[in-house]
Amino acid sequence: MTGGKMQEPLLTVRDLIVEFPTRRGTLRALDQVSFDIAPGEVLGMVGESGAGKSLTGAAIIGLLEPPGRIAGGEIRLRGERIDNLPPEAMRRIRGRRIGMVFQDPLTSLNPLYTVAQQLIQTIRTHMDVSESEARKRAVGLLDRVGIPAAARRIDDYPHHFSGGMRQRVVIALALAAEPELVIADEPTTALDVSVQAQIIDVLKEICAERGASVMLITHDMGVIAETADRVAVLYAGRVAEIGPVRDVIQHARHPYTAGLMGAIPTLEQDSDRLVQIPGAMPRLNAIPTGCAFNPRCAHVFDRCRAERPILQRAAPNHHVACWLTEEGSA
Amino acid sequence: MLAFILRRVLQSLAVMLVVALVSFALFRYVGDPISTMMGQEATIADREALRERLGLNDPFVVQFFDFVTRAVQGDFGISYRLQQPVMELILSRLPATLELALVSGVLAFLFGVGFGVYTALRRRGWLSTTIMTVSLVGVSLPTFLIGVLLIWLFAVELQWLPSFGRGEVVDIGDWWTTGFLTPSGRASLILPAITLGLYQMTLIMRLVRAEMLEVLRTDYIKFARARGLSNRAIHFGHALKNTMVPVITITGLQLGAIIAFAIITETVFQWPGVGALFINSVRFVDVPVMAAYLMMIAVIFVVINLIVDLLYYAVDPRLRVDRAGAGH
Repeated sequence: MTGGKMQEPLLTVRDLIVEFPTRRGTLRALDQVSFDIAPGEVLGMVGESGAGKSLTGAAIIGLLEPPGRIAGGEIRLRGERIDNLPPEAMRRIRGRRIGMVFQDPLTSLNPLYTVAQQLIQTIRTHMDVSESEARKRAVGLLDRVGIPAAARRIDDYPHHFSGGMRQRVVIALALAAEPELVIADEPTTALDVSVQAQIIDVLKEICAERGASVMLITHDMGVIAETADRVAVLYAGRVAEIGPVRDVIQHARHPYTAGLMGAIPTLEQDSDRLVQIPGAMPRLNAIPTGCAFNPRCAHVFDRCRAERPILQRAAPNHHVACWLTEEGSA
Repeated sequence: MLAFILRRVLQSLAVMLVVALVSFALFRYVGDPISTMMGQEATIADREALRERLGLNDPFVVQFFDFVTRAVQGDFGISYRLQQPVMELILSRLPATLELALVSGVLAFLFGVGFGVYTALRRRGWLSTTIMTVSLVGVSLPTFLIGVLLIWLFAVELQWLPSFGRGEVVDIGDWWTTGFLTPSGRASLILPAITLGLYQMTLIMRLVRAEMLEVLRTDYIKFARARGLSNRAIHFGHALKNTMVPVITITGLQLGAIIAFAIITETVFQWPGVGALFINSVRFVDVPVMAAYLMMIAVIFVVINLIVDLLYYAVDPRLRVDRAGAGH
């Protein structure tokens, strides 16, 4: 659907539906989300809070918080389905084949164990190596993510490290068992602006080195523009647009994406106010029929209110879920 | 670290002085020791002579200083009722109370932590629901009622276990007697230990459960799951260790409470411990014993608190200020 004629995708997500049963009916938080990630690729995932970015990541790694559940669609890792694996089999994939970096490095590390203990435990969970071998690997990893004097600092506790350093430790932990895919859920949101770029660089470099793909969840278009190969825009649990970063940023097809891009301040802009999209994203229990964006869209017409647009090709590798695209660019 | 211990010891001394003051005040204000000791036939002259001999006419500060000096040396005077040195009396009763407290404390801790972890991990299972419901009973029934119910069921109806006393005891060393070494001693321990520990167990269980649920929601547990660690490692390594800090505090304080409030259990089971001694002393206004008991309980609480604070250091590395600040 999106990958085009690239090699076989590492991760394939097809028509993924995630639902939360509640007392007042079932809420559909992800609705037929589809995308691929190629080996070694960095896919950015953007959207407002509540659009379903983090939920997509949680669904892929099998850590949806109950009562949330996958109600439809499938997730494949190198062709094998992983969305319906038994818990024990899924556990062996986590960390080993899919790693995850969380938002807040201050709370991601267990305060009562040294960095060495946490790294060695993670390595030895997935790899059949001796304690000393694991320790050697751990020191190497810390060194690689840019912890100075790694061999000495590895026996420190998390509280001995600053926020930026802790996020480096988190990255080392996520990559400890050399996963093929790393899901980074807002890895820099909780950090000082001054260290954000460093962390993104470390993450990108180390993944590139190991050939690991990255799913980078963020609401920072700047990070996406600098880091990602392709970007998927989520709106109300649906993919609005997906394509190469340059195309999406420069030729946004979906009015929502265009609005997002308009909301990025630039130096050249001379207007005092940022462009903003009127209204707010609908709540999950009040998603309008047809296109979820139609109440806020400046280009809305009858079909948008009646029929949900499907994701369709607008340019090579560039797919958009908008009726305008079909009408305009066919 | 050393400064911390020193500070805590000084605080403990202050606490002990206050308790000593209260104990001492007992002598002055709970009845008149002279009339208790001499009976009704004594003449006023005799009373005054005794008053003078016992130093009761000295200024308050002098008497208090005297009391503390002697207390530090373990001398709390002679029991009015039993005419034996108070310290000797208490020491002879202490092993019974300590053994009972130890057994019920260990039971409360083991079952409390076990049930707490289980009910936190299997939140919706029927067994968890049952345990939680039964634990409510444990919290709400008064100790003496539980004791009486247990006696009725296991001693009277089923006749499995003795209903009172310590059974046969064995002497160890000069003054320690133990019930651990004889079958009747061990059997006698069971009912009182359960009675005494049940409330503490439910308390620890509910605390462990609440803390565990809290910890299981934290980011580092999510991250541990995302790294594919086994459930065992996550639950018993990462989660349980983090629940232990508050649990240690409460358990420590509860151990003090178990020793101090063994009174009721000891009365119900006629357990020959310090609590029963205290109750009898209260009945006869045996002030020296009451004062010594107060001091003993205070010492136990203070020591346990000190140990709890030191345990924090063992569990939580963040408290060990060995290297200042973060390295970046």
